[in-house]
Amino acid sequence: MAKRTIVPFGPQHPVLPEPIHLDLVLEDEMVVDVLPSVGFIHRGLELLCQKKSFQDMVFVAERICGICSFIHGVGYCQGIEKVMNLDIPKRAQFLRVFWGELSRVHSHLLWLGLAADAIGFESLFMHSWRVREKVLAIFEETTGGRVIFGAAKVGGVRIDISQDKLDQLAIALDEIQKEYEPLAKVFLEDYTVQHRWSEVGYLSKEDAHQLGAVGPTARASGLPQDMRKLRYGAYEDLEVEPIVETAGDCYARCVVRVKEIYQSLDLMRRVIHKIPAGEIETKVTGFPQGEYFSRVEQPRGEVVYYVKGNGTKFLDRFRVRTPTFANIPPLLQMLKGCTLADVPAIVLSIDPCISCTER
Amino acid sequence: MFEDQEIVTIERSELISRAQKISKEGYRLVQIGCTKQSDHFQIDYTFDKEYRFYNLRLSIPLDHPTLPSISHLIMPAFLYENEMHDLFGIQVSDMILDYQGKFYNIAKKAPFATISAADTTTEKG
Repeated sequence: MAKRTIVPFGPQHPVLPEPIHLDLVLEDEMVVDVLPSVGFIHRGLELLCQKKSFQDMVFVAERICGICSFIHGVGYCQGIEKVMNLDIPKRAQFLRVFWGELSRVHSHLLWLGLAADAIGFESLFMHSWRVREKVLAIFEETTGGRVIFGAAKVGGVRIDISQDKLDQLAIALDEIQKEYEPLAKVFLEDYTVQHRWSEVGYLSKEDAHQLGAVGPTARASGLPQDMRKLRYGAYEDLEVEPIVETAGDCYARCVVRVKEIYQSLDLMRRVIHKIPAGEIETKVTGFPQGEYFSRVEQPRGEVVYYVKGNGTKFLDRFRVRTPTFANIPPLLQMLKGCTLADVPAIVLSIDPCISCTER
Repeated sequence: MFEDQEIVTIERSELISRAQKISKEGYRLVQIGCTKQSDHFQIDYTFDKEYRFYNLRLSIPLDHPTLPSISHLIMPAFLYENEMHDLFGIQVSDMILDYQGKFYNIAKKAPFATISAADTTTEKG
C-alpha cells in the first residue's frame, strides 16, 4: 500500500465561493477517503422563527440563499399556507412558477459560467454570465430587485405582472433562448468540455438513491426525481418531466443543467400563455396551528421546510434541509477513487451552495 | 396540490428495526430533524420512495437526551445526527463519523435546546 497523505481542501479555494472543508486522504495522487467539514459560518436562521412573526419569516427564508432566494420564500409560504388551509389564487401560483423557473435559469447559468471558468474556458464563462445578466434584468423589471426581491408572501405574491408586460417577457425569453443556444451547443458538443468532465466523479444510480442525492446530481445518475412532480402550486397545471441522464459523471450533471434551462424557458412561456386573470393574494387571518413538511424543487434539488405552528404569531419550529446538505454524502462517494486534480471539478459538479447549508 | 404525508409515531427502542425495514424497502432518507417541545424533543426521520412521504417520529426526554445512530444502516444519517448533537445537545451513540461536537463551529453549546417559543414569545396571538 502506498503511503497515505492527508491534503486539506478548502475552506478557501478558487472553486469555492463559500467555505466547506474536505480532508482528502491520498495514496499517491488518488483520493481513497474524504472527511467533510461544514459549519464555519452557521447562522442559526432557523431559530429566528421564535423571534419573528410567521409572516416576517418569509424574508428570513428568502435570505437563506442569494441564488435561489425566491424559491426558499415560496417553499416556506407553501408550508404555512397548508397549515392555515389557505386557498391561494391561481394567478399567484402561476407567478410563483414564473419567478421560480426564472430563478432556475439564473442559477444554472451562474453554475455554467463557474464551471467554464473552472476548466479555464474563460470566454464561455463570460458569455454564460452575459446571458444571465438578461435574466437578472427581467427580475429587476418585474420586481425591482435583482437577486432577493421579496415577491413571495404568505397567501400569494406581493407584485403582479401586467398582460402587456407578460407579452414583452415572452419576446425577451425568446431572445434569451436565441443567445443561449450557441452556448448550450458548446457545453454539449465541445471536445474540451467533454474531455474534462466525462468519466470524472462517477456516481451510480444505486449509490445516488442510497446516499440521498437530489436535483441534477440525482438525475444525472439516472434517477427521475424532481419534486415538481408533486404538482405543488401551478405545477398541477403544467406537466413537468424530469431531465434524466444516465452517465453519472460530471459531464452528465452539466448536461442535465443545460437541458433544464430549455425546460424552464418552455415552462415560463406556458405560464405566460396559461396564466389566469384574478387576485394575486388571499387575505390571511389568524395564526398557524399545526405542522407540515413542505417540499419544493430548487435549482440544486429537493429542499424541505418543516414548519410547526402553535396558534401564536411565532412558530415552534422552522427547519430547512437544503439540497447541498443532502448532496454531501454522494459527493464523498464521487471523490473516492478520483485523482487530486479532479477534486475541484467534482466538488463544483454538485453546484455546492454553502450559504444554504449554513442556514 | 399538497402531498399526503404519513407520520408514524414509534418508540425509541423500535428505531433501528424500523430504519432497517424501511431502508430495505427502498426508501431514501430525506432528512432527520429535531423539534424542542415543552417537555420533550420530537425527532423526525423523513423518508421518500417515488414521491411517497413517510415519516417516523419519536420522543425523547429533555434531560440527558440520547438516541442510537442509524448511520450504520443509512450512511447519510451521520450528518443529521451530528447536527442534532451540536444544535440540540442530543447524544447519538455509535455514529459512523462522530465530530465530537465540532460539526458546526458555533460559540454556544446546544443553542437550539436552550431557547423555546415559550421562553421568547411575549406577544401571543
